[in-house]
Amino acid sequence: MASVSLTVNGQSHSVDVAPDTPLLWVLRDNLGLTGTKFGCGISQCGACTVHMDGAAVRSCAVPVSAAAGKQITTIEGLARNGELHAVQRAWIAEDVPQCGYCQSGQLMSAAALLARNPTPSDADIDAAMSGNICRCGTYQRIRAAIHRAAGEA
Amino acid sequence: MATATVTRRDFLKAGALASGLVIGVRLPAFAHPAQRAAATPLAPSAFLQITRDGQITVWVARSEMGQGVRTALPMMVAEELEVELAAIRIEQAPSDPKFGEQATGGSSSVSDMWTPLRTAGAQAREMLIGAAARTWGVPAEECRAENGGVVHGASGRRAGYGELVPVAAALKPPENPRLKSPGEFRILGRSVPRVDTPSKVDGSAQFGIDVRLPGMLYACIARCPVFGRRLSGYDEGPARAVAGVRDVVPLEPAEVTLFDAWKFNAEGVVAVVAESSWAAFQGCRALECRWDAGPEDQIDSARLARIFADRVSQPGIIGRNDGDAAVALRRAARTIEAVYDVPFLAHATMEPMNCTADVRAGRCDIYVPSQWPTGVRRIAAQLTGLPEDAVTVHTTLLGGGFGRRFEMQWVMDAVRVSRAVGRPVQVIWTREHDMQHDNYRPMSHHVVRAGLDRRGAITAWMHRMAAPSIIGWHAPAAMRSPGEIAGEALDGAEQLPYAIPNLRVEYCPVKTPVPVGWWRSVYASQNAFVNECFMDELARATKRDPLELRRALLKDQPRHLAVLELAAAKAGWGAPLPDGRTRGIAVHKFFSDTVVAEVAEVSLGKDGVRVHRVVCATDCGLVLHPDIVRAQMESGVVYALSAALSGAITIERGRVKQSNFHDYPVVRMSAMPRVETYIVPSQESPHGVGEPAVPPLAPAVANAVFAATGKPVRRLPITPLA
Repeated sequence: MASVSLTVNGQSHSVDVAPDTPLLWVLRDNLGLTGTKFGCGISQCGACTVHMDGAAVRSCAVPVSAAAGKQITTIEGLARNGELHAVQRAWIAEDVPQCGYCQSGQLMSAAALLARNPTPSDADIDAAMSGNICRCGTYQRIRAAIHRAAGEA
Repeated sequence: MATATVTRRDFLKAGALASGLVIGVRLPAFAHPAQRAAATPLAPSAFLQITRDGQITVWVARSEMGQGVRTALPMMVAEELEVELAAIRIEQAPSDPKFGEQATGGSSSVSDMWTPLRTAGAQAREMLIGAAARTWGVPAEECRAENGGVVHGASGRRAGYGELVPVAAALKPPENPRLKSPGEFRILGRSVPRVDTPSKVDGSAQFGIDVRLPGMLYACIARCPVFGRRLSGYDEGPARAVAGVRDVVPLEPAEVTLFDAWKFNAEGVVAVVAESSWAAFQGCRALECRWDAGPEDQIDSARLARIFADRVSQPGIIGRNDGDAAVALRRAARTIEAVYDVPFLAHATMEPMNCTADVRAGRCDIYVPSQWPTGVRRIAAQLTGLPEDAVTVHTTLLGGGFGRRFEMQWVMDAVRVSRAVGRPVQVIWTREHDMQHDNYRPMSHHVVRAGLDRRGAITAWMHRMAAPSIIGWHAPAAMRSPGEIAGEALDGAEQLPYAIPNLRVEYCPVKTPVPVGWWRSVYASQNAFVNECFMDELARATKRDPLELRRALLKDQPRHLAVLELAAAKAGWGAPLPDGRTRGIAVHKFFSDTVVAEVAEVSLGKDGVRVHRVVCATDCGLVLHPDIVRAQMESGVVYALSAALSGAITIERGRVKQSNFHDYPVVRMSAMPRVETYIVPSQESPHGVGEPAVPPLAPAVANAVFAATGKPVRRLPITPLA
């Protein structure tokens, strides 16, 4: 066990965990931020995607020690000052979610994509979003929502 | 005797058979004397309550797994009650028997609830109108319900529902309230925003895995990787050495029987209990278990394939027998035969299996993403020895269902661990555990023969199918009821819609140690593939266009024909395609009575089959929410496409070889085709849309590949370059 300092959604936390504990489980079990989901544990499904210094990372494969000192954003922190992020608004407009379990990760991947590429092509979306699995098959709506969010920004 | 009568179609109603209830039953008004005495809320049915402050609450007694029940079911009440959907507080029903049997599957939620929920809304509306009329001393016929209140047209008086509740609640609910006709609908038929979407874009939606209780511990389960073997011992030292591990608990095997027939087995396993999920996973990985030796580790997929192939050389249980197929085949000018193989499949829901149990003296609370909460309640009661009314099941959102969440092992794990440690415990299966201990879509093997006369007309069709029985797996005594197990396994095969005079369909049961279960669309996922691919082989053999042949044989099936024509027209069937692209078509009527036709447009590349576009046409009866219908068609297409292109669970040394998404690949964004949905208008009652898009997809894609290569596809997943 070791004390690790984390900044999550702008708030500082100190957690006492083994330094190799994946960030995912610190978020879920220590900080109570359950919006970030466990899907596979091996960076294959993207359900655990969060932002680390603005980049999308799979939190199941990031040891918490590697997240120390970085700015972590989870789905709970995607909206700012009570205003939903453009991708969240677009997700609602396209009624994207079905079961909804993968959508936190999908949204975080989409937000990171738009931050570095405000007008992504379909090929850009394929490249950025193919690490996020949705078993309900909402990909078509996710694509439409990303284009919609890009148009609004 | 329940064993002989429990079929798959009856499965959802199994509780009903045993308890005398009917799913979605409308209970007599004021069934509970205590409730009558209070007389405060207006509650003509268990599903609806209006309180004096005007708060309207609807209880959803089906599990929300993405198919939209939390939106579509309250819409039915809102429609009859003349309120907006937003005016209703929507609650997930607890496992109280007053809500009837709660089982979500078979694409049946909307059709099951269609009458009870509209009736509840209409009863409340008429009672509120009656209360207003009595209060104002005017005839009820002069009053109408409108936007949450009752209005008297002549005098212009208006009263909100809340103020009418005290009088209305004392009235006798009308037995046959007038239900609105579809032409009067204001809410049903509109794509209102889904009620759970906001919570699913900000991380606040609560799935089973998100349950957090005071003092809760987490547990991970070590289960023998080889099916059918027993725990013989373990060394807990390495697990206890992991930081955060609190306990290592052996769980004795347990078996629960429901309805005298359904067996739910919890194997002997070891639970590692810890302060966090991660510590539980690490402890479980460190645990060293020993398992009995046994013959099961001789089983592998190749050996199973030989067993299945042997079995179809013998006659099976006859599911359908029109004319005399054997004689017609002997007399045929030409016969054509094909052999099809379909693999086991995992469900691979995004949310791994989990259950949180809090077992205490005298009560038990279960928090679980389950498709069958009333089954969970009975099982927890039997395992703990508590009366059923001491068990409360809190159904969370489900991170995918697809049939997977009818099973009970993780519930039995959680109840046993919580009882052992005396604390609330959340059991989480890892992805590997989930994939290697699923109840799989059965592997199947099919032989189909057709006889043609001199002019190429199809005179005979003989289909013999070998597969494990899903009912038989869950209710072993059902194996003594040939009609029941054949009726399940031959779903979609024995209902072949084509006009063929001599038609015989047989089922050959096969037993394997591999657990099997209900996988979205169940046996139709195999049988539609066989039916529709063989039709294209017959079209090719008789030099006919696949659409034209189907048309000719579906003259007496107007609903099939309508979706087929619509899909073909929208897809541009027969029109030229870019170089390298081909089309395939398939149609299937699902057991919920929804018919779907799909046209797939594909090309073949060095990476395999690429599906560019799927045009989907459906007749699903009356459409309550067009966008949910479209979403479910898209969903079924994608789920089936993963299975068609890459889905296979294989067995090696008695265990499942695949373990996670790296070796059980599924469709991702980059492989997503454009999916277009077209709906045939219908005034029939709604038929359900969760599964029916699945069966036609694999054959539509396979037929497009056949069109490209000239080589028929007879095996799933599709590997055209092999």
